[in-house]
Amino acid sequence: MFVFILRRVLISIPVLIGSTILVFIIGKLLGDPLQDLRLRNPPVPAATIRAEEHRLWLDRPLPEQYLLWLKGLVLHGNFGPSVNPTDSIGGELGSHMWVTMRLVLAAVFIALVLAVVTGVLSAVRQYSPFDYTTTFFGFLFFSMPIFWFAALLKAGGIWYNQHVNPATFFTIGDRSVDAQLPNHAWWTTTSDIIGHLVLPTIALGLAGYASWTRFTRASLLEVLDSDYVRLARAKGLSSRRVLVKHALRNALIPLTTVTALDIAALFGGAIITESVFQWRGMGALFQQSLIQYDVYLLMAWLLVTATIVIVFNLVADLLYGVLDPRIRHA
Amino acid sequence: MPEPTATTTATSGTTTSGTTTTGTGPALAPGSPPPSGQLTRPVEREFTIKERSQLRQATRRFLRHRAAVVSLGVLIAMALFAFVGPLVWTHDYRFLNGPSNAKPNIHYPMGTDNLGHDVMAQVMRGTQQSIKVALLIAVLATVAGSIWGVVAGFLRGWVDSGLMRLADLILTIPGLALAAAIARSQARHASSGWWIIGIILGSLSAPYVARVVRGMVLSLREREYIEASRALGATNGRIMSRHLIPNAFAVVIVNATLLVAAGILGETALSFFGFGIQAPDTSLGLLVSAGQGAVFTRPWLFYFPGLFIIVFALSVNFVGDGLRDALDPQQTRQRR
Repeated sequence: MFVFILRRVLISIPVLIGSTILVFIIGKLLGDPLQDLRLRNPPVPAATIRAEEHRLWLDRPLPEQYLLWLKGLVLHGNFGPSVNPTDSIGGELGSHMWVTMRLVLAAVFIALVLAVVTGVLSAVRQYSPFDYTTTFFGFLFFSMPIFWFAALLKAGGIWYNQHVNPATFFTIGDRSVDAQLPNHAWWTTTSDIIGHLVLPTIALGLAGYASWTRFTRASLLEVLDSDYVRLARAKGLSSRRVLVKHALRNALIPLTTVTALDIAALFGGAIITESVFQWRGMGALFQQSLIQYDVYLLMAWLLVTATIVIVFNLVADLLYGVLDPRIRHA
Repeated sequence: MPEPTATTTATSGTTTSGTTTTGTGPALAPGSPPPSGQLTRPVEREFTIKERSQLRQATRRFLRHRAAVVSLGVLIAMALFAFVGPLVWTHDYRFLNGPSNAKPNIHYPMGTDNLGHDVMAQVMRGTQQSIKVALLIAVLATVAGSIWGVVAGFLRGWVDSGLMRLADLILTIPGLALAAAIARSQARHASSGWWIIGIILGSLSAPYVARVVRGMVLSLREREYIEASRALGATNGRIMSRHLIPNAFAVVIVNATLLVAAGILGETALSFFGFGIQAPDTSLGLLVSAGQGAVFTRPWLFYFPGLFIIVFALSVNFVGDGLRDALDPQQTRQRR
């Protein structure tokens, strides 16, 4: 088991190194971070521009820039200079990352639980009205643009607040401003954060739910059709026991991999959801990096999300090994 | 070599989901009720049934999937609306000559926005652009991804691992973020035409296709029927044309169809986010973005473009499902 874990961890190191190269290339492709400064009218003194170029390492060859960036990253945890001289990219990312992680984790958790429950039920009752209904809604949610649904939810929340019960839903931001809270006890802030999570989580979770519930259904149906399940039935086990003891475990193991592969897409969805609900998370930071051509902020952003995705994949890999001995001993 | 003739004898008694007739039985419709005329024929007659071409079998199976057939009709109607509509319709999506904020009426079936744009003309144009981008994404990703996957699967060795690690690498970064960054980098060089967005999203979807195709190439070359036909003395060319390509083709086509649905969702999301198709032109995503603040005050601005995206993506997904049934019956063993 230890060897298995070690091997998996070692495999992800080259992927991480590769992603630093890819991220650096994408960042450099974005454009010249000083183009706004150069075009400014009245013109900025040449000395100022040269100083900025020096600060942003633009006066060095590309490989040297990459090595400098990588050295700062590995040795000092420094993500490089931002276009805004007072901003620390690491600090910005750190504060924004947890906001987004909160949303992504909540969406994954809720979508996964619901997907497994409905997927199993519709597989067990194949071709029942319940099955047809969930299949249809699965298709529908799968085809629904996340931004449209998020905007609809937000508008619905606002309407409900105005017409039925004021201040039921939080529709803007990831949390209330401190001054709006009656006190600063931990339960007040926690419930405030959870309240702000409700609508965005539904919006983001929907797409994941749709594909996972279809996967669960298909996977369970395939297992239920297999010989060992037929044998288990033939030797007289109750269908409940067959399902819980034999079928479910084998059917659900591949779901860990599927979920991990979808994490990157969920981050993409989180950017959109955050922009609809005006959160100050990774999405806002990403938009800022593109608009200001803040190259190192973009690199840091892409690298952090890539790392999170790699870590999720690693965890899924390890979990797969724990759940399925054939993988572990292969 | 003739098509493998079905030797099925509808005895699905023991199975739980009631389906054992998998296979590509050309004579028997899998899952048709047992007491039909065909099934009660003497078994010897089965082998004398005229061979049906693969295409005709596929068409038959596709036509049986009712949702897919209806969806195909919807898609054709939408394409006519998007491509022929602007030629016929009296208003232009760029003109501001309507009343502002008119509710849907006989002159403006989808209403107008605050500047006096006719929303129906905008939705026509938006649907047209979104369909073009989605198709470009699907074609580009399928062609590039298939080559990528076939090269990796055939050559194996270090080429394979190099190419597949590259695919893994690209897939670790959210596609939407990558696409937005690249689209932004192009914004200063060229006017962001629809085809740039299509090329960006298509290239970023290619690794998905490459993974699928590589896996297929690796598994197909080990299949027993390939081995069997090689043992029968078939040449490489015959194996490729009779077995490898038809079998791979089905999955690739189904995948390409589903990519069209994913493509329109990607394009509209990118345009909604502000880094896709840009303002003088329009796309369904841009229209939703413009209408998102007016869900209750001027709902026509928000619902029409949104519904067009949903109906389009849903129809494409149903057609993809139908194509899967038609071309690749083994994948849908659980269906009837």
